[in-house]
Amino acid sequence: MSLKQTSERVRAGAQRSVELVEAALKAASEQKSLNAFIDLHSDRARARATEVDKRIAIGDDPGPLAGVPVAIKDNLCTAHGRTTCASRMLEHYRSPFDATAVARLESAGAVVIGKTNLDEFAMGSCGEHSAFGATRNPRDPERVPGGSSSGSAAAVAAGIVPLALGSDTGGSIRQPAALCGLVGLKPTYGRVSRWGLVAFASSLDQIGPLAESVEDAALALSVLAGHDDRDATSARREVEPYHEGLDDTGELTVGVCRGLLDSDAVHPSVRVSYESAIDALAADGVTIREIELGMNAHAVAAYYLIAPAEASANLARFDGVRYGHRARVEQGEGLEAMYARSRAEGFGPEVKRRIMLGTHALSSGYHDEFYIRASRARRLIADDYARAFDGGADVILTPTTPGPAFRIGEKSSDPLALYLEDVFTVGANLAGLPAISVPFGTAEVDGSELPLGVQLLAPAWQERTLLRAARRIERLGG
Amino acid sequence: MEPLSADQVRHIARLSRLALTDEEVEADRERLTALLGYAERIASLPLEGVEPLVHPTLEDDEEQTLRPDEPGAPFASDVIKGLAPATDGPYVRVPKVLGDGGGA
Repeated sequence: MSLKQTSERVRAGAQRSVELVEAALKAASEQKSLNAFIDLHSDRARARATEVDKRIAIGDDPGPLAGVPVAIKDNLCTAHGRTTCASRMLEHYRSPFDATAVARLESAGAVVIGKTNLDEFAMGSCGEHSAFGATRNPRDPERVPGGSSSGSAAAVAAGIVPLALGSDTGGSIRQPAALCGLVGLKPTYGRVSRWGLVAFASSLDQIGPLAESVEDAALALSVLAGHDDRDATSARREVEPYHEGLDDTGELTVGVCRGLLDSDAVHPSVRVSYESAIDALAADGVTIREIELGMNAHAVAAYYLIAPAEASANLARFDGVRYGHRARVEQGEGLEAMYARSRAEGFGPEVKRRIMLGTHALSSGYHDEFYIRASRARRLIADDYARAFDGGADVILTPTTPGPAFRIGEKSSDPLALYLEDVFTVGANLAGLPAISVPFGTAEVDGSELPLGVQLLAPAWQERTLLRAARRIERLGG
Repeated sequence: MEPLSADQVRHIARLSRLALTDEEVEADRERLTALLGYAERIASLPLEGVEPLVHPTLEDDEEQTLRPDEPGAPFASDVIKGLAPATDGPYVRVPKVLGDGGGA
């Protein structure tokens, strides 16, 4: 049942929220081996659900997500419980406040049942870089669910919750959505407030939903979007009813770029899925236009300088002084030793690697060669998309990932191989564009049938166009 | 590109305030060299005269303004102090800053 139908039943008094929440908590405990959750907030969730049911009983309307159990990626602050970022650094950290995105979901009637696992500080595309252990893919537990929003994807794909929040800096919502057979939406940069999202790369980070359908993701966006005084980068633009009119099938021009798939790293099944999506759209009356995205070949290189550079600055706050892990220091050792040891003990290997990469890219003598050059390339990458949209494409279609879910451990020893997993997704973050992954096609690997996704990108602030096109692909099926 | 030396990695680790073991320095030397080598492909782009893009959607957005500079409700000091690894009365406690063992 869809998010909308579920909340409508709750609002009509035909379904009690406590039952939904109880079922979600039960499913979460039964599927503990997925390692999707870091913490469950069982008692608080039950109390909140009871409150929702009481409000409905007296004729109150808790909102469009009334009584629906949801899960929150554990790099979003919640005033209840811990906010760990799947890091030893924040293992015992308790935020004094709720992230705006979390508060908005709860104001719309949603009930948070817990915090989900992730790649530490949202750095990774596999869900394996977590201080709390790897998350497993519900479609095949020997495989990764993708990342970094690994637990949020697993929780929705396992049917524990119909909606979970993720964050997306280079594909961290869309890639796990694709590998788990879900819809994952990264809104335009500035569409959703980042207040209370533990910052990874501030010019790239954006919060968004993982859900089972385009309509559910759209409904979530209608709740999440909007200006917030506490995030100066959140836009003052009008919020539209994103979930309405999704089935409008007006004229649509889709830009396609087959050149993007010219790489040995792209699994053959991804080509099949991409071509069949193009064929299905054309048969549905959509205009297909060939576009050039030549700069995308440099997107991963630019991203893996810019994102670590911003991360090295953002993660400088974890110094063992005001909060977070502090290492034991010996008599005679000073503050410097405390910083360096606290950070060495608190951060996992991937986070350390990215801090060092970013520190180097920003350091005296290398700043122009790496950071400035990458920021210039970033403009060329954004210009490529702008040209395609100016040339008449309403949306751009690409694969979401170069292949289906890989085996746990398969890519963990080779950071570069893992970074190339993001080849189709980082562009939207660099350019600030809204993008969505929709399930389309499958890959047959070692006897497993694994989901694949296609990605759509739209011009900034054109979420309605994006979601309508996504709904069309969803309807055409895979 | 030239492989990073162990001393270069130690220098980066020091700038990053990360205490690394010799094994970590060696592992990072290889991996950082590979990643920086991959990043060098950007150098082949025609970047002359291209303005760096540092923020994706703020450039043309005239509506973007800061909120009024007015004080809001602060968090209770007990809440903030409760997060600190070590405190002493109303203060956060840290190891010695100046002199032997200090970083300054």
